[in-house]
This record gives sequence, C-alpha cells and structure tokens, in this order.
Amino acid sequence: MNQTTEPITNRTAEEFLKGLWKENPIFVMVLGMCPTLAVTNTAINSLAMGLATLFVLVFSSVLVSALRKLIPGQVRITAYIIIIATMVTVIDFLLAAIVPTIHKELGAFIPLIVVNCLILGRQEAFAGKNTVWLSFVDALGMSIGFLFALMCIGVIREVLGSGSLFNISLFGSTFEPWVVMILPPGGFFTLGFLLLFFNWRKQKRDLRMTNDE
Amino acid sequence: MENLLWIFISALLINNFTLAYFLGICPFLGVSGKLETAFRLGLANIFVMLITSLWAWALNTYVLPYAPYLRLISFIIVIASTVQLVEMVVKKMSPALFKALGIFLPLITTNCAILGLALFQTNKGYGLVEGLIYALGAGGGVTLALVLMAGIREETKVMDIPKVIEGTAFSLIIAGILSMAFMGFAGMFNAG
Repeated sequence: MNQTTEPITNRTAEEFLKGLWKENPIFVMVLGMCPTLAVTNTAINSLAMGLATLFVLVFSSVLVSALRKLIPGQVRITAYIIIIATMVTVIDFLLAAIVPTIHKELGAFIPLIVVNCLILGRQEAFAGKNTVWLSFVDALGMSIGFLFALMCIGVIREVLGSGSLFNISLFGSTFEPWVVMILPPGGFFTLGFLLLFFNWRKQKRDLRMTNDE
Repeated sequence: MENLLWIFISALLINNFTLAYFLGICPFLGVSGKLETAFRLGLANIFVMLITSLWAWALNTYVLPYAPYLRLISFIIVIASTVQLVEMVVKKMSPALFKALGIFLPLITTNCAILGLALFQTNKGYGLVEGLIYALGAGGGVTLALVLMAGIREETKVMDIPKVIEGTAFSLIIAGILSMAFMGFAGMFNAG
C-alpha cells in the first residue's frame, strides 16, 4: 500500500513546492508583471490581488484539466481565455459585493487578471496536459508563490513609501515618507532591486560551489 | 477640440500606459532589444488598439447595456480575433517582420495594454471619437516607451555592466528611471 501511494504524494509535493520558490512566477519566471507592479503600492492591495489571482488560477486550472480531452488543439488558447474570463467575471462581481472599497481601489486591474500571462501560461504549460489533481496542486503552488512575491513587494513599498503596514503607522509623525516608492517608478525599482539581490545571492552560491570543487 | 487634444496628450505622456499604468510590460521587457523591431511592434499595437476601441464602443453602445456580465468575455474575443487578423495581414505583407516579431505578435492578445484600453475607455465613458483619439494616444505612448527602451538597450549592449545586474533587473531599473522622467510631464501640465 505504502509503495504505491508514496510516489504519488512525492509528485504532489514536488508540483506544489516548485511554484513557491524554484519556479516562482515573479522572481524566477518574471510572469504577470502588470498586476505585480501596478497594485503593490500597499500591502492590503497586494493581498487582495494575490487572493483574486489564486481564485482565478485554481478554478481555471481545474476546469481546463477536466476538459482537456474535449478541447480541440487548434482553438485551445481561445477556449482557455474564455474560461479564464468567466472566472475573472465571477471574482470581479464577488469582490464588488464583499469588499467594495478594495474593489474600487484596484479598479480596472481586477478585470485585467484575464491577461495575466501567468494564468494563461499555466494552462498551456501544465493544466492542458495533466490530471485534475496535479493541475490543482500546481495552480495552488504557483498562486501562493505569486501571492508571496506580491506581498514582499507590497510590504517594502508601503513601509518605505507611507511609513505604515496594513494602514497601521509604524514610525510615528517624525517619519518622512519616501513618496516615490508608492508611485509608479517605485514599483520598477523595488522589483528591480529584489531581482538584483536574488541574482547576487545566486552568483555567490555558484561561486562557492565551483570553489568547493 | 481642446478636450480631444487633452485626451491625446494625457494618454501619450502623462498617463503613459507602460510607464505609469504598467500595462504591456511583457513586450516592453522582452522584445525591446532592437529599435527597428520595437517600432514595428508599437505600430502593430496602435493598429490593434484602434480597432479594439472601435469595437469596444460598438459593444458598449449596442450590446452590453443588456448583458453587463458579458463585458470581459466579449472584449477578449474581439481582441483575440483582431490580433489574428493583424497576424494574417503582417504574414502576407511582410514575412520578414512576421519572423522578427515571432511569438510577441500573437502575445498581443494577452497584452494588458489592449484590454486595459477597452476597460479604461468604458470606465471613462468616452464616445466614438474620444475613444479613437484615446487609442491613438495610448498606442503612441506604448510605442514611445518601447522605442525609448530599445534605444537605451541597444546602447547598453556594448557597455561593460556588472554581470550580476544583467537581464531583467537591469531593464527594470532603466524602466524605473524612465518612469520617473515621465512623471515630470504631470507637473508641467498642472502648472500650465
């Protein structure tokens, strides 16, 4: 019994974990840049965008993998995008009903989840070829990785740009906010420097490994 | 007339789609290595945007009042078919350009800038003429950003930059500086 289940759980864990770090959609694959940079000016917006993307990605992946044998190859992209657009319409109306203030702040960027390359990319690269369970796990891992990266950028930008975190002031009235961080250039700079930091870490690690040999 | 000019300038410079709204970042970071290709991709973008704007207006006027939940789905279908059309035309007229653009031509479908245009136009309640002018400005803005980026990257290709910063990190930092420069336009018009 154990022998048969073990490889399956291993595969599950592997598909889940790769999205978190090794193939992190933002830091490693650099996908889904528009929402990443546009809405990460506060931590709460990043969280809302991350959760909305999670919903859309998980449900689209499950639906696409369940229908993968019915969708003809030539029109698969169109079929995928219609499925994604349907899911986004659902989350758009849901957010408008549950958290109207955040929905208003995110504005057109919720509908724009449709064209997030990450989501279409996962359908094309994974869900269209794998079973429902594995696609679900893959989508969950990828979107949690996406959420994590959004939160990193959102927290950095909010702390530096407004001196607060989740709208709670951190430094008192003497803090001079670094306004440019919550403006568009701040998004480019924050992600740029984060990628730079990861590159630097990786380079040091590679160097150490070659030295060891 | 003044109003139309304002819409155009605003979309072109102040609220530049790429540098202020972060729309269309993928081709901006991916394709903009060569000036010539970047310019042509920009033109293809303008063309798709103009047609999308026309369709978005038609849908908003005649269809969507009766079925608002179809907004996203109908927009994306219009965009996908327009891109398909452009792809066929470019393939026929200029096979060399078709090759140079490669995967980035079909990817215009998932270019946020196009869907963003249709959505912003709807949110702002623009009519037919205003929408077309807006599309022209926004497309021009995207082209401008692509060309500027490509120009800078062509120059930096021959430079000796540290290995650790090469690639996306470098492009993002350049984009940040460009974006800061574009913020200056907002001040100029507010003062005037």
